[in-house]
Amino acid sequence: MTVLETQPVTVLPDVTETPAEPKRRKRRRPSLWHLFLVPVAFLFLLPFVQMFMASVSPAEELVSFPPPFIPSRIDFGGFVGLFTETPILRWMLNTVIVSSVAIVSHLVLCSLAGYGFARLKFRGRTFGILAILGTIMIPTQLLMIPTYILFSRLGLIDGLGAAIVPWLASAFGIFLMRQFFLSLPPELEEAGMIDGANRWQVFLQIILPLAKPALATLAIFTLLNSWNDLVWPLIAINNQDWFTLQLGIANFQGTRRTQWTLLMAANVIATLPLIIFFLFAQKQFVQTMTLSGLRG
Amino acid sequence: MTTTAERVTAKRGTPPAQRSRRRLVEDLGGWLFVIPATVLVLGLSIFPAAWAFILSLQKWDGFSEPEFVGGEQYARLITDEDFHAAILHTGVYTAIFVPMSVLAGLFLAVALNRKIRFIGFYRTAIFVPFVASAAATGILSTYLFNPQFGLVNNVLRVTGLPQQGWLEDETQAMWVIALMSLWGQAAFTTVIYLAALQDVSPELLEAARLDGANAWQSFWHVTWPALRPVTVFVGIWQTIGAIQLFDLVFTTTRGGPLDATKTIVYYLWEQAFKRLDFGYGSAVAYALFFLTLIITIGVVIYSRRRGMEAF
Repeated sequence: MTVLETQPVTVLPDVTETPAEPKRRKRRRPSLWHLFLVPVAFLFLLPFVQMFMASVSPAEELVSFPPPFIPSRIDFGGFVGLFTETPILRWMLNTVIVSSVAIVSHLVLCSLAGYGFARLKFRGRTFGILAILGTIMIPTQLLMIPTYILFSRLGLIDGLGAAIVPWLASAFGIFLMRQFFLSLPPELEEAGMIDGANRWQVFLQIILPLAKPALATLAIFTLLNSWNDLVWPLIAINNQDWFTLQLGIANFQGTRRTQWTLLMAANVIATLPLIIFFLFAQKQFVQTMTLSGLRG
Repeated sequence: MTTTAERVTAKRGTPPAQRSRRRLVEDLGGWLFVIPATVLVLGLSIFPAAWAFILSLQKWDGFSEPEFVGGEQYARLITDEDFHAAILHTGVYTAIFVPMSVLAGLFLAVALNRKIRFIGFYRTAIFVPFVASAAATGILSTYLFNPQFGLVNNVLRVTGLPQQGWLEDETQAMWVIALMSLWGQAAFTTVIYLAALQDVSPELLEAARLDGANAWQSFWHVTWPALRPVTVFVGIWQTIGAIQLFDLVFTTTRGGPLDATKTIVYYLWEQAFKRLDFGYGSAVAYALFFLTLIITIGVVIYSRRRGMEAF
C-alpha cells in the first residue's frame, strides 16, 4: 500500500525498458553479466520447458528410469485423455466466465469509486477512504470462515458466484484508480463543466479515456487474481460442474496422481493463456507487479 | 434524477434551507459513485472480520446451535501442540523464503538493470513464472522433484551425487516449497528493486566513479544505502506473504510428510473445513492476524530507529 501512496501511477519509472547505467559505449566486448544471466534465465524457464515437453511425451517415458531428458517422440495422448476423460472444457468455460465478470466489474466499480473518492466532495468521504485503506491490513485467512458461512446463507455455495463475488471489486483497485485520478489536472474537468457537461458526462467523455493505462493495470491485476485463485473455489465449490480450472487441476493431484502426461496437459491449458498474454503485454504486467503485492 | 440539473443551476447566496438541500444532493451524487465498490469491499472484509471474532468466542460446527465459550478457544491455542508445530513450520518456511527472495530480487535487479544484448529475453524469462498459479506450480514441483523419475534427481544421478527424497522427505519438503515459491515470485521483488534502482541518483554514481570508486564500492556506498527503505518494504511484504503460506502446500504435500509442511493457514483450513471447528479455526485466524501485525509494527519501529523509513 505504501507503493501506492508514494508513487502516483503516472510517474512510475518504466522498468521494462529504462537502463540506469551510465553508458559506456566505447568498448563493445560482451558483458560478463551474460555468464550470470544465461544460467539464471535457463533455470527460470526450465519448469515451463519441462511442462510443455512432458505434456507431449509418451506416457510410459515419464515414469521410466532413468527418464529421458527429451521425449523420443511427440504424443498427444495426454491432451486426448484430458479432453475425453475430464470436464476440463467445462472448467475452462467456468474460469473464463469468472475472470470476464471480475474484470468488467472491477473496471466499472473501481473507476467509479476511485473517481468519487478523488474528485467529488461529499460527507463521509474521508471516512470511506480510511475504511477501505484499513481493509488492506486484513488477511484473507481471517475472512475464509465467515465468508464461507455468508456465501452458504446467500446460496452462493456450489456455483460460480462463490468464485466471482470475492473479485467484483477490491481495495487495491479503488486505490489504484483514485491515485490515478488525483494525478490528473483538475483544469480538464473544469473546462468540461464550463462547456456545460455534467459530472457524469465529464467522467465518461473526458476522464475515462485518459485512464486507459490505469485501467489496463487494473484489468491485469484482476485477471491474474481471478484466474489463478484457488482458496475461494476450494472452500466454496464441491460440485465438479462448477470447478474452476485451478480447482480442477489441484484436484487432479489427488485423483490422477500418476497420469503425468494428462496432468501436464492440464497445466499447459491452465497456464498457457496467461503466458501468451504476458508475452504480449509484458510492460503492463510489470507495471501491475510494481504497484501491488499481488499474491503477497 | 434531478441531482445534476439542480447542482448546475444552484448559485451562491441561496437561502440556508436550499443550501443544505444542495449539500445533500452533492452528498448523494458522491455516494452514488462510490457506493457499489465500497459496499462490496467493506462487506467482504470488515464485516466478516468482525464476524470471525464473534465466531472465535463460540463453539460451533456450522449446523448445531452455537455455544458461547468466551476465551476458551484462545486458551486452547496456548496448549495445542499441533498449533505450536504449525507455527514452527511456518517460521521455518519464512526463515528460508524471505531472505532468499529479497536477495534474489536484489541480485536479479542489479543484473537486469543494464543495457546489454538479450536483456529483454532475460527479463521475460525471469518474469514469466509470475503468471503460474499455485496449482500449476504445485504440479510442476511434484513432477520436477519426484524422487523416482524427477528431473532434479536425474541430474543428481548423472553428476554422481546422492539422490534425495525432496517433497517426500520431512527435512527437505519445506526447502522445495520455498524454492518453487521463489521461482514464481522472484519477479515481484526484482521488479520492486528495479524501480528503486531508477531512483538512485546518477549524479552520485558519476561522482563516485570520478573519485575512483570501483563497481563494488559505488554499489556498497551509493546504491545500497538508497535501496535500504525498499528492502524494509519488500522484507515486510514477503514476510506477511510467507506467514500466510497455504496454496502451495495444498497443491504439493497437503501438510505432509509427517506434518512437516503443515503451516498455520493449512492448520486453520483443516480445523475449519475438514473438522468443521469454526470457533477454533477463527481463533487460529485471529492469532495469525495479530502475529502479522506484531511483526509488521516491530519491523517498522526498528527501521525507523535505524533511520531507514519505508512507510
